[in-house]
Amino acid sequence: MVQRRSLLDIVPHFILALGVIIIAFPVYIAFVASTWDAATISNGQMPLWPGPHFLENYYRTIFIGTAKTTREPVGIMMLNSFVMAMCIAIGKIAISLISAFAVVYFRFPFRMAAFWTIFITLMLPVEVRIYPTYKIVADLRLLDTYAGLTIPLIASATATLLFRQFFMTVPDELVEASRIDGAGPMKFFVDTLVPLSITSVAAMFVIQFIYGWNQYLWPLLITTSDNMQTIVIGIKKMIVTQDALTEWQIAMATAVLAMLPPVIVVVAMQKLFVKGLTETEK
Amino acid sequence: MNNVHLRKVGKIYAGGVEALRDIAFDIPDGAFCVLVGPSGCGKSTLLRMVAGLETITSGEISIGDRAVNDLDPSERDIAMVFQNYALYPHMSVYDNMAYGLRNRKTPKPEIEARVQEAARILEIGHLLDRKPRQLSGGQRQRVAMGRAIVRKPRVFLFDEPLSNLDAKLRIQMRVEIKKLQRTLGITSIYVTHDQLEAMTLADMLVVMNKGNIEQVGPPLQLYERPETVFVAGFIGAPPMNLIELPEGGVAGLALENRPVAPVIVGIRPEHFELAPVGTPAPLGISMQITAIEMVGAETYLYGALDGRGREVIVRVAGKAEQQIGERVTAVAERHNLHFFDPATGRRLAVS
Repeated sequence: MVQRRSLLDIVPHFILALGVIIIAFPVYIAFVASTWDAATISNGQMPLWPGPHFLENYYRTIFIGTAKTTREPVGIMMLNSFVMAMCIAIGKIAISLISAFAVVYFRFPFRMAAFWTIFITLMLPVEVRIYPTYKIVADLRLLDTYAGLTIPLIASATATLLFRQFFMTVPDELVEASRIDGAGPMKFFVDTLVPLSITSVAAMFVIQFIYGWNQYLWPLLITTSDNMQTIVIGIKKMIVTQDALTEWQIAMATAVLAMLPPVIVVVAMQKLFVKGLTETEK
Repeated sequence: MNNVHLRKVGKIYAGGVEALRDIAFDIPDGAFCVLVGPSGCGKSTLLRMVAGLETITSGEISIGDRAVNDLDPSERDIAMVFQNYALYPHMSVYDNMAYGLRNRKTPKPEIEARVQEAARILEIGHLLDRKPRQLSGGQRQRVAMGRAIVRKPRVFLFDEPLSNLDAKLRIQMRVEIKKLQRTLGITSIYVTHDQLEAMTLADMLVVMNKGNIEQVGPPLQLYERPETVFVAGFIGAPPMNLIELPEGGVAGLALENRPVAPVIVGIRPEHFELAPVGTPAPLGISMQITAIEMVGAETYLYGALDGRGREVIVRVAGKAEQQIGERVTAVAERHNLHFFDPATGRRLAVS
């Protein structure tokens, strides 16, 4: 009996450990590579333990950048990525909360038509509408601006749907109690609905921040000047080079830096995130 | 004067369903009015129309001699206690009670004083910092009442406030609500489907059925002199025996001076008395016992008239010696009999 249980304990742990190793090892290698100098990496005999150039490599990455390819330090790219991800996450949440509120609590003409129009945008991610969206952004002279980077990505239905589903589970009596307590629609929204949605907002923030941070195609299209490029594009530019050696230690340091903000966001908001996706108690 | 006045109130939902028809009654200042009826009778709809949560299709509702048909719920000076309490989950108990006052721009010290006063009356002073989810059902109920009290409204509205509580707590809260209403003297309208709750709480009972009012009056009057078959069957537990007598009469039931036309005769179980066979009485029945319910202080005998007819319930004080299957005879006095017209369901004046 005792043996059986310990065996049952060991097998899942072994499988989990194996999974963690498979996923974590490349990340570890990237980190190790970011701490050696270029010569050690490119002669193909890089050790499996961290090297002596950690501070030097990361200093160069963040404040100076690669010599030839990106022409801007990674610090600027991180700032760009961060601004873009934050604008997309906050913008989406703000717009979605308001539109879900309108769809659920107001009886206006063509309410369902409006809802389905929002719903249909689910089928139209940027990749599908890339030409018209680019044309509009270009005509509005928004190329190479934060507005051009973020606004076309803010319009989306996922968050609206999530908040709509959540609002539908809020008991009607709460609305009625608010009405009797003298709270108008906007006061109900601000005083009751938004505080109740806080866990859903957190979950949405995590998802949308990562979505924004990982954007590749759209920033690639509409940013041309070096000081507007994002970190994801930066990595790509560092690796694919025509007339220079790839500075692997810098590229790897950039990759590690690019991983950090999403990890921080997930870890910081993990509790709220899980609650937001699973909690049903009102 | 915080009386409530309903004049020919009607409600037709979009789609043409008529929920209420020609509802008219007056609730005097400070009275405790209970709306009672089976589910779907329109009692909750009527309450929500008084609250302003449902529109009024026809007629007029006035509170304190002011027509409120077109007023917003917040302008009607009412407070409502909901069945599921509808407390704001993210606010503390204190904020739940203070929210309505803050929205009305009540000065802070005044809010503080009123909330503390309500908390004292309801004995929830030690809970003011908690969130609703940390409270038990009974405590949430008190907070919901507190939220109503602090507003000092003209009218309290209760929408089945006790139905989410367990039986023991329900009886306790029932007594407390009644006491509270007495002390505060605020006109109240209370909706319930529980006739016992209705009987014990009401100064004025309104029995509703299928969107109509069946009878309005003090609870005992409805008990002693039901105007319709529906009220007779609804008020009282176990219910009044209602036996339909066709022109030829039914086997197992003997009635002196029986009306010629078909009639429904009603006798409450507690008005029967067991008697030896052949005892002369205004009404006598003979039945075979099919079930016996002993509740301690009294016993209910369920039987079939003449062994195979309609079911009749007879109450016997204390314990009963009878056995299932035994035949018994029971008699009732003339003044305890009620007669109803089978066609209209209305009370017949038979002396």
